Amino acid sequence: MARKLPKKDVVIIGFGWTGAIMANELTDEGLDVIALERGPWRDAPTDFPPSYMQDELRYRVRHELFLRPDQLTFTFRNKIDQTALPIRSWGAFMPPNGVGGGGVHWNAEMWRFLPSDFVLKTHLTERYGKGFLPEDMTIQDWGITYDELEPHYDRFEYLCGTSGTAGNLKGQIQEGGNPFEGPRSRPYPTPAQAQPFGHTLFGKAARELGYKPFPQPSGNLSQAYTNPLGLKMGPCTYCGFCEWFGCSNYSKASPQTTILPYLVRKPNFTARDNSEVIRINVDKSGKHATGVTFVDTSGEEWEQPADLVILSAFSLFNVQLLLHSKIGEPYDPVANTGVIGRNYTHQTISSVNGFFDNKKFNFNPFIASGAIGMCIDEFNGDNFDHGPLGFVGGGYVGQVQTGARPIESTLTPPGTPKWGAAWKSAVRDNYLSTVKPGTGVHGSFYAYRDVYLGLDPTYKDRFGRPLMQITMDLHDNEVKQNKFLTDKFAEIIKAMGADHLAKQYRTAPYDITQYQTTHVNGGAVMGTDPKTSALNRYLQSWDVPNLFVLGASAFPQNAGYNPTLTVGALAYWAASAIRDKYLKNPGRLVDA
Amino acid sequence: MRFHRRELLAGAAYLVLGLSRAHATIIVDHLPWTPNAGNPPEAAVPGPWHFFNVDEGRAMEAIADCVIPPDPQTPGGKDSGCAVFIDRQLAGPYGRQDGLYVRPPFQTGTKSQGHQSEAGPAQLYREALAALDRACRSKYAGKAFTDLSASDKDTVLKALENGDLQLDRADGKAFFEQAIKDIQMGFFADPIYGGNRDMVAWKMIGYPGARYNYLDWVNRHNERFPLPPVSMTGRAEWTPQAR
Repeated sequence: MARKLPKKDVVIIGFGWTGAIMANELTDEGLDVIALERGPWRDAPTDFPPSYMQDELRYRVRHELFLRPDQLTFTFRNKIDQTALPIRSWGAFMPPNGVGGGGVHWNAEMWRFLPSDFVLKTHLTERYGKGFLPEDMTIQDWGITYDELEPHYDRFEYLCGTSGTAGNLKGQIQEGGNPFEGPRSRPYPTPAQAQPFGHTLFGKAARELGYKPFPQPSGNLSQAYTNPLGLKMGPCTYCGFCEWFGCSNYSKASPQTTILPYLVRKPNFTARDNSEVIRINVDKSGKHATGVTFVDTSGEEWEQPADLVILSAFSLFNVQLLLHSKIGEPYDPVANTGVIGRNYTHQTISSVNGFFDNKKFNFNPFIASGAIGMCIDEFNGDNFDHGPLGFVGGGYVGQVQTGARPIESTLTPPGTPKWGAAWKSAVRDNYLSTVKPGTGVHGSFYAYRDVYLGLDPTYKDRFGRPLMQITMDLHDNEVKQNKFLTDKFAEIIKAMGADHLAKQYRTAPYDITQYQTTHVNGGAVMGTDPKTSALNRYLQSWDVPNLFVLGASAFPQNAGYNPTLTVGALAYWAASAIRDKYLKNPGRLVDA
Repeated sequence: MRFHRRELLAGAAYLVLGLSRAHATIIVDHLPWTPNAGNPPEAAVPGPWHFFNVDEGRAMEAIADCVIPPDPQTPGGKDSGCAVFIDRQLAGPYGRQDGLYVRPPFQTGTKSQGHQSEAGPAQLYREALAALDRACRSKYAGKAFTDLSASDKDTVLKALENGDLQLDRADGKAFFEQAIKDIQMGFFADPIYGGNRDMVAWKMIGYPGARYNYLDWVNRHNERFPLPPVSMTGRAEWTPQAR
């Protein structure tokens, strides 16, 4: 029997970016809030200090800061008629664990989505006609516009101290920024980061080819910053250990650096770590959440009653907890009914590595930050005419190299043997003169009827619950999009002066063993119709109105940008709906 | 839903792997911070093999020297400690597949579904090294891999690589792919793990190591960074290290 704890006003499940944002907003409203986190508390001095954080083997290769698959994993298959098998070690994406969530070890790329991304179905249908979209593509509008989200984008950018160059200030296009971005109400809080040699050279080559390159917006700060909560961040030192690593220097925006020291001092806030929520409890009607049940590390079960439940775990775990709690109708791809698990998406990623003459080029590629880089946005979203191309969607491309940790960054030109004396001398001759952009081609991933999440019939987790099953493959639309973008990207790398290029297109089948990004989205999407969305436009569950579900699981499909800024902005948007509307009159905020 | 307590405790053991705080904590009023509560990496201790037997260790050193041959400027895989690195990794959590999902049933899937074998890296190495020696002994007049001439060693490894040499009860191609990856990983990882002795690999490529601040260098374009590498334990000049 679960031991019952005293009731709280609000229980928050998962204490990463969105949980921390929501906790801070609702405690400001005077509510008594508890946040429950599956993993441990993490902070720079104890978990990633500068004396040993720069450890590629421990943090990158052995995944120290991530969830262990034995704690929880998923099964995977490409097609509905295959048997799904468990993901036994992580590959295509890396689920986070612990306080701060993915915000601890992300690269901190802080992109806004395009205004057209939020009304995607309407926009594409109006421009190209209904017949232009593939028949099984299930993209839809978000139920919210860019203009509605803009103040919340702004708020999250200023919380983080984001370093960047504005491209569109209140409709006025700005030199040096991204001319395709939606209008922003004010400049970035801090100027763009400095760019190392390779990134600068990309910008120059792109400009010469007629593009408008700009620095990638970064949550690794160009200068010291004090945020609106009074928390201070230091300037980034370009150490090249962001991605997979925690920042020792208080330079990377994370819940730890921007919210937690302020939040924990509030008397109406409590957090509990190493406590995994296993179920959201609902009353007999099934329409009202009564709280949650969680398990601590000693195996003890606890019940935490609350008036309001905020589900703010990582996207996949949000969907999984809804399925295990039997909230909302599970998606059935054959009957095309139900919503939980529908419109699951990822990101269409590829890259081009460039090998340069080492007598003329020394990039010192280890000097970088996670969100450094020069990018172009000419081929993102619907910034270009897709009519003659036969696909929709796009992405940014850029030299966004995050460092040159030597296990992963000792590349050799195409045709070099994989071992032996020739390999060794090629590694020696190329390390300092190779451009390795990583996720250089960062494309959208649209939704399809046969790409979805459900529960697995065979494999179980350590609690005996069914694992969640992922069915996902790449469709022709994304493969064509990626070919187009990768070729455009390669032209720029060539123009930088590379002697040899290694192009890596993204092709089917979708491979669960190859890291792409951790931008896995959808499965509990927001929208205007309860038949095709799990949440209304305020991220409120259609079925259980005292449950809000935050995070990228709400994306109806994925745009050609990194998701976190939009995830944070949506959390502020949902928080303001709760503060301004829901608390005055608890119930459905939108009529079905 | 009822949970089995033993199962849960087994799961909980993984929760705390490598983490400084093991138990659920209630956090109110202040950050749960303890002075000196870090969790530094454990250094590989020089000395006898931890996982390999003597023959396996010699074979691994010989393979490491083929994959990374010594040259006048930079030692090869053996002298840079790559076999020691693999030995310590196989004896530790990596070799045991700690934290991975190893629940049955084990079924063969597609390549895109990933590794589905119950056997982990430690078992793969043990079986493949034994099978490699058996194959060499039958082909080269009773000689183990270690005792072959340099050119015969290369011939054998090339045959493993392109699938021409099939091993008995082991996947030779998969083993050699893994061995290349692990040897090169040991070469480039921090020397604290047993390979990259004296940072030889970092010196070879020009990687300055576990540094933390390039603020003065980010705007200096196309200039060679002048400082020598440092590891997590400093530099040989500062900290005398065993061989």
